[in-house]
Parts: sequence; structure tokens; C-alpha cells
Amino acid sequence: MHEASIMQQVFDLAFEHQSRHPGSCIVRLRLRAGDLAGVIPEALCFAFEAMKPNTPAERAELEIERVPALLHCRACDRDFEPFEFPSACHSCGAWQTEVQRGTELELARIEMESAEM
Amino acid sequence: MEPRRWIVEVNQALLGKNAELAMRNRERFHQHGLLVANILSVPGSGKTALLERTLSDLRDEMRIGVQVGDLQTDNDARRLSDRGAPVVQIVTGGCCHLDASMIAQANEKFDFDQLDLLIIENVGNLVCTASYDLGEDLRVVLVSVTEGEDKPLKYPVIFRKADVVLLTKIDLAEAVGADLAALRENIRRTAPSATIAELSARSGQGLDAWYDFLRTRLQTK
Repeated sequence: MHEASIMQQVFDLAFEHQSRHPGSCIVRLRLRAGDLAGVIPEALCFAFEAMKPNTPAERAELEIERVPALLHCRACDRDFEPFEFPSACHSCGAWQTEVQRGTELELARIEMESAEM
Repeated sequence: MEPRRWIVEVNQALLGKNAELAMRNRERFHQHGLLVANILSVPGSGKTALLERTLSDLRDEMRIGVQVGDLQTDNDARRLSDRGAPVVQIVTGGCCHLDASMIAQANEKFDFDQLDLLIIENVGNLVCTASYDLGEDLRVVLVSVTEGEDKPLKYPVIFRKADVVLLTKIDLAEAVGADLAALRENIRRTAPSATIAELSARSGQGLDAWYDFLRTRLQTK
């Protein structure tokens, strides 16, 4: 469980952007988390709520975009989205697979707000 | 006054700072022709016992340095300190994993020109340690036969990234009724590309295969 340290990096990155716009605040943060990234969305949300008070993100909402895993079967050369990991190939049943997608862990976007001048 | 809203597309990897530091570590290791192994398991799988044996058995053959991570105490460094190898304890102060910056700091305490192999014993944890690249060449995951056949299925993220899986405490397999066939199959399913070896640091069984693996990797480094 290192969700708090991951969330600290989210805030660091987000505040770096926000600080370029004095008087602004963050209203929404969107993360992108792959199924194989090794993080638990609920724990990220918990860390977010615990850490946001008294920061420029104190009114912000957190969205987490899930990225389903995609595996490539080395035996039959097909890609498939597994229901769980590890998984046998849905086409041929082989276990020789490579991960194509699903390990992402990114800050996707920041939505900011400021009073109109 | 209407508030103005706008969106900034960032699309930046978290752990990006760790990745950058890991790359710097890797470059530094590479410059010195050093082979680096990151040893991972839950607490109690036998990481330190394997290191004790490895340092003693290979001391005349290769120059090994050790960085050992724990939340508290320097017990492991003391266990390893009388085997002729430089050992640096990294106390994480409660942090559940080693990260690339801790390794970079510990690196300062070594003379890499005097080493062939650096072994990093990670904090006992199969969850968080999976996410942090340290700059290593090899990820070695230990699973002892007493832990249950389904361990690879419960921690697939770390097993997937393993270059080597060592099945430890093999001398106890019969006593604890371990289903080795099932454990082997679960390792193969989760880590299809990994080299698998079975050994016991206590009885010495299977250690030669592990040493041969290190010798081969050192030669091809």
C-alpha cells in the first residue's frame, strides 16, 4: 500500500500546473490506472480525501479512469482482454502471454477554475 | 463574476521521478560493469538466509556488495557483515518498499570498481515493491514452499515482472505437504518468461543452479 505516496506525486504535479495561474484552484483531477498497475482505486480515493484539505485542491473531485489489461498470446498471436490476471488465452488456452496494456499509472488531466477578471 | 474553467491535459506518468532516478542508477551500474539483482519476497521467505549462503559460497569467486532494506533495525546487515562483502543497511523508517532515491544514496557508500555483483535485498513485501524500479538488471522473486501454492496468483503483478523465481525452503516441502506441481504451474502461468530454480539455503540443495545462473549472467554482462 503506497497509495499515499502516489497521491503525493499527483498533488505535486497538479500544484505545479496550478501555481502558474495565481488565484486558481483545482476542481477535478483525472487519473488513469491500469488493472495491472498494482494500485487500489479505493485506497487512492481515500488518500486523496485525506490529503486535499487546506490545499488548492480542497474542493476537487477525483476521477479514476480504469485501463483494462490487454494480453498478447505468444502461441496463437492474438490479443485478448483477460477477466483476471494471470489468464490463459481466450482463443487457444495457452498461458504464454505478454502484457500489452494495463500497467499505466498517470495523471491524465487537471480541471482548474478561477474568478473571471 | 462568472468563474472561468479550463482543462490541462497532463498525461504524465506518476512514479516518473522514480523512473528517472532508476535510469540514472542503471547508467551508473552499467558504467562500472556491475550486475545488479533486486531480491523480493514477503517477510520470511528466506532472502537473508539465501544471501548468507551466497556470500559465503561465492566469496572467492566474485566480488559481491549488498544493500539491504528494512523498515527498522540493522539486524540483517549485521547477519551479513562477517562474510567478506561490503553491506549497507537501508532503514526505510516505516516505508514499505525501497525506491530509486534510497538506492542512489546507498550507492555513495560503495566503491563499484571493487565489485562484480550488487545484490539489493528489498523490504519484505510483494505489493508495493513491485511498482519501484531501482535500476536493477534482474528481479529475483522468492517464494517458499511453506507459503501456499497460490502465492503467484495472489501477487501476479510482481511475479509477472520477475526474471527469476526461486522456490525456497525446498527441504521442507514434504514436511509441510506442499503441492509443488501446483506451485510450479502457478509460477509458469504468472511469470512465463522467468527462470525457475528450487533450492534450500539450509541444506544447500539446488544452490548450484542459482550460482550457475549468476555466473552466466556475470559473464554475459
